[in-house]
Amino acid sequence: MAKLTLFIFFLSSLLIISSSLAFQSDELLVDDDEFGLEGAKPQSTPLHTSSPQPQQTPTFRKRYSDLDLDSKVQFTLEHAFGDSGFSPAGTFSARLKSWSHGGKTLTKLRFSRNGFSDEEKDSFKNLLKGDDFYRIRLPSSVISPPGKEFVVASVRARCLPRDGLDEHFVIHMEGANILAVSYGSLGACQYPRQFKLPAKWSFNSHTILKSSEQAPRTPIFTEEILGGENAEGEVEPPPERSFWAKYWMYLIPLGLVVMNAVTQAANVAEGPTGGQAGGSQVQQSARRR
Amino acid sequence: MAIRFYLILVVFLLSAIVSFSLYEDQVGLMDWHQRYIGKVKHAVFHTQKTGRKRVIVSTEENVVASLDLRHGEIFWRHVLGTNDAIDGVDIALGKYVITLSSEGSLLRAWNLPDGQMVWETSLHSAQHSKSLLSVPINLKVDKDYPILVFGGGYLHAVSPIDGEVLWKKDFTAEGFEVQRVLQPLESSIIYVLGFLHSSEAVVYQIDSKSGDVVAEKSMAFPGGFSGEISSVSNDKVVVLDSTRSILVAISFVDGGISFQKTHISDLVEDSGKAEILSPLLSNMLAVKVNKRTIFVRVGGEGKLELVDSLSDETAMSDSLPVADDQVAFASVHHEGSKIHLMVKLVDDLDTVLLRESIQMDQHRGRVHKVFINNYIKTDRSNGFRALIVMEDHSLLLLQQGAIVWSREEGLASVTDVTTAELPVEKDGVSVAQVEHTLVDWLKGHVLKLKGSLLLASPEDVVAIQEMRMKSSGRSKLTRDHNGFRKLFIALTRAGKLFALHTGDGSIVWSVLLNSPACARPSGISLYQWQVPHHHAMDENPSVLVVGRCGSDSSAPGVLSFVDVYTGKEISSSDIGHSVVQVMPLPFTDSTEQRLHLIADTNGHVHLYPKTSEALSIFQREFQNVYWYNVEADNGIIRGQGMKSTCSDETADEYCFTTRELWTVVFPSESEKIISTLTRKPNEVVHTQAKVSTDQDVLYKYVSRNLLFVATVSPKGAGEIGSVTPEESALVVYLIDTITGRILHRLSHQGCQGPVHAVFSENWVVYHYFNLRAHKYEVTVVEIYDQSRAENKNVWKLVLGKHNLTAPISSYSRPEMFTKSQSYFFPQSVKTIAVTSTAKGITSKQLLIGTIGDQILALDKRFVDPRRTLNPSQAEKEEGIIPLTDSLPIIPQSYITHALKVEGLRGIVTAPAKLESTTHVFAYGVDLFYTRLAPSKTYDSLTDDFSYALLLITIVALVAAIYITWVLSEKKELSEKWR
Repeated sequence: MAKLTLFIFFLSSLLIISSSLAFQSDELLVDDDEFGLEGAKPQSTPLHTSSPQPQQTPTFRKRYSDLDLDSKVQFTLEHAFGDSGFSPAGTFSARLKSWSHGGKTLTKLRFSRNGFSDEEKDSFKNLLKGDDFYRIRLPSSVISPPGKEFVVASVRARCLPRDGLDEHFVIHMEGANILAVSYGSLGACQYPRQFKLPAKWSFNSHTILKSSEQAPRTPIFTEEILGGENAEGEVEPPPERSFWAKYWMYLIPLGLVVMNAVTQAANVAEGPTGGQAGGSQVQQSARRR
Repeated sequence: MAIRFYLILVVFLLSAIVSFSLYEDQVGLMDWHQRYIGKVKHAVFHTQKTGRKRVIVSTEENVVASLDLRHGEIFWRHVLGTNDAIDGVDIALGKYVITLSSEGSLLRAWNLPDGQMVWETSLHSAQHSKSLLSVPINLKVDKDYPILVFGGGYLHAVSPIDGEVLWKKDFTAEGFEVQRVLQPLESSIIYVLGFLHSSEAVVYQIDSKSGDVVAEKSMAFPGGFSGEISSVSNDKVVVLDSTRSILVAISFVDGGISFQKTHISDLVEDSGKAEILSPLLSNMLAVKVNKRTIFVRVGGEGKLELVDSLSDETAMSDSLPVADDQVAFASVHHEGSKIHLMVKLVDDLDTVLLRESIQMDQHRGRVHKVFINNYIKTDRSNGFRALIVMEDHSLLLLQQGAIVWSREEGLASVTDVTTAELPVEKDGVSVAQVEHTLVDWLKGHVLKLKGSLLLASPEDVVAIQEMRMKSSGRSKLTRDHNGFRKLFIALTRAGKLFALHTGDGSIVWSVLLNSPACARPSGISLYQWQVPHHHAMDENPSVLVVGRCGSDSSAPGVLSFVDVYTGKEISSSDIGHSVVQVMPLPFTDSTEQRLHLIADTNGHVHLYPKTSEALSIFQREFQNVYWYNVEADNGIIRGQGMKSTCSDETADEYCFTTRELWTVVFPSESEKIISTLTRKPNEVVHTQAKVSTDQDVLYKYVSRNLLFVATVSPKGAGEIGSVTPEESALVVYLIDTITGRILHRLSHQGCQGPVHAVFSENWVVYHYFNLRAHKYEVTVVEIYDQSRAENKNVWKLVLGKHNLTAPISSYSRPEMFTKSQSYFFPQSVKTIAVTSTAKGITSKQLLIGTIGDQILALDKRFVDPRRTLNPSQAEKEEGIIPLTDSLPIIPQSYITHALKVEGLRGIVTAPAKLESTTHVFAYGVDLFYTRLAPSKTYDSLTDDFSYALLLITIVALVAAIYITWVLSEKKELSEKWR
């Protein structure tokens, strides 16, 4: 709970800072560091994921690397209401960094969102009424937009309105290509989706760039270490198991046998004439009890 | 006395602790194995002494086998690799079976009696071409004629004795295709006839010793050849020209070439496109024109004349020399439920040597191929036997008007498998009737008791083993309490459906699919259509077979419903649209029929069954139905949602349009989809939480809408080792199929496919090749839900402030994390499956189909991402195995024990009713079934359990109690009298 309040405070402070703009673009400066592991970081370390907003952390990291090989790219976000056609809704701009080994990565992604026109507001209201889909798309290649294919994502319109309209982009990159975009609201979307109009018709946009996470190399253990470990592990006796824990299965039958022997002996002592078999004595005593 | 009782009790308890591993005498108790060869392409009868009882066959499953002609059993069999298709098979030197495979680049010789490989020669091949195998008919062993092989642009002469290449002739430069090779006896010259660019006939005379071209003659044919050729005699061939309307007889005797053209229209009226049929008949050829088969005799100067015409449903064999220089051939045609086999002389079609009619099961379809063989009867006359291949791929031997044996070779090409329940036991059938009398039962148990107390004599041991094998009611056709008896429904490539009993693998019923639209639809996939339980117990369960008329994906689809109990086709309908994808929905109607959506090529989906009830169920969930399709060639995955009903006039109300909701576009220059996988829709997950050693709870991210996708660099899509580690990368994704979110993405640098994966509960295990380490690797990914981690607090649970019962929406941002670990795996893998049990409580085992066609059961514990190098004591107690860099292969854990499932293609698991047990069915060329208990049979006594011992003990106890009671009464009385 404390985390959440902290986060809300953090978010609202962010909003205050940029509230002077009409259409605020809460852009996230995600700096892919030299090895392109940025998106991967929070996933690989459970510590990060435990916080509700792990992606926020890299925002304020400064980068000092030279940007000699950079070039600016722009690509447009398009949206559609239900089954309508796509129309421009905003612009992403970023630096395209070319690496000496031929790879290209996007850095410094900025996003400016166009506000809804009145017409668009009406269509969005219709979507909210019908619990229909609000769809967005991005070109699959940022170098030569629009490219051959578009990356489409959609969300039930009722998931977006909070205070304003919360939107959250996760753009999965592979070099200069956009592989997929995840689009939705920041938090949860309760299932029986309630019809609710946004208080403010402005977007809170959050954007994250994600590139592929490298699999860790399979560890190779040398035979000696392994053998040593194993041998040691096997030799080591389990210390905390008590005598009883180890041998109960032998002790209980033994106890029973002893008990029987004792009762039998008692019976024999009891009846001095004792002309009959021991077994009958046991049964007799058992019956009496 | 009491001590003795206790001792007996202890002995009894000890004997109840049974051993769980499989002993030699337990083989075949729960498992069965069936060996097949596939649809026979070619058969060669051996005519000499010992080989007379055998036939050598090559099949479409790339099997070369020797079968017993008397019983149809396999003497020996070799399954060549999947890419090693057999082009030709013949017998050389009377003792070797020669096979040519891989487009004429591999020549092998097998020893005829035992199937040992004698030699193997890899022939140089430069281009794709049709291949030709010519083995000389060698009557004199002292003369060494070479085997001539054409393939890949080269003509090779190979010594049949040791497989040495004697010489080779390169025809690659000219583009010369060899059509016919003639080796006249008593001559060292070989005549090679071939076509140059399909328009020029060339005859080379080649010295058979050195391979030098002695003479060459060519003659252009202006019309061009179509490539279909039939050798009618030693020095004559007949080909079709490129318009398929003229037959050209080419004779090439003594190096000269002459053409003789005959218009087909001169032979038959209103002829269309002709087709030369494959049977080799001497001085005659069979041509298919206008759905009729005509026989054309080739005269001395290449003159053609029509001799007979038959309906095209007739299958014919090659000609076979019979006594007195006569040549005969067999033809088989259908008439009602009978087939008629006729053997006629080629020279005189009116002379019928043999005429037989045989009753034939109509579920075998038409006759596809006939091979005949003659033998000398006891009265010294000629007898004929025919080996026929039916439409359902079965192989039958006909002799003396009867089917001597038959083999269900369709089962060698199983394409899809599902399970079905057997009918419930009726009241009329009592258990005692099936399971012998009480005395027999007791006798059996006394025998077992003897066996377990090591008192049994050798005869007794044999009797016990025999008893176990036919263990009571194992193959009964009713449901049992434990769910051990079930049916596996298998769909084969021939479009035939088989129901196999789990008890002994017997075929309970089989049905060849029919369709009103086309004669034989090809089956695509198999679904459980109706699984009655609860309120619809009166209905018989049924399966849905989706097929299509033709091989093209836009061909119209056919739905067939088959009753599982009776094996009857309930209905078969032509659905009038194509079938691209079939999606079983999680809804059933009041008769327990499952709703299915079928997507067609136009992007529409159609709802089945077409009833108003199904429609109303579907309309209720209309907004919540999503589907996706994978375009592997374009590297795009598209998610779709339902939009509205179809607007076309032709469409009905069960047709719906969809709209695209999301796409994932893999850049074509860097990634190519090689594998996609989802969870089994009917999988049961017992617990959503996993408690770790430190009393912490991890919630499994269990979603039915996860898709596992593996991509590789386009360069790395080829064979292993064709790229350097720097060029190849393998990327795996977990994608939510509702929203298209990528939940997990992991790239393996320097790794390559093929990827074999298995997806169950919240984990994926996949197998691939690591180029850097030169080893195969297995990686496990487990997905855990973060959003419910807050529920760990007990007070929250008590006060009801948890969100465990809240509906989960895919549109909420998923808070999940993954755990992953990689291990080396020492073997190449063909397929992976996972065990499934009724309630999902039993721990899981991975079933790995290894390259050696065996199945290895590996505990899921070995691929647990929580394994560490030095597990703590608590972790050890939980069952975490110390981390090793490679997964162990324990020889005892091969569930196929000593057997091999040749050509293994798939493993299917199905739960039994007993929680501990799962059915495993593996198919390939062979079939294998066994029952597995991954955590041992903790919930039942084994079959070996000695009920007799228990009974005897109880009886003895009761008797002893009674006796002692009487004795004590007496004693008490005597004491009182004192």
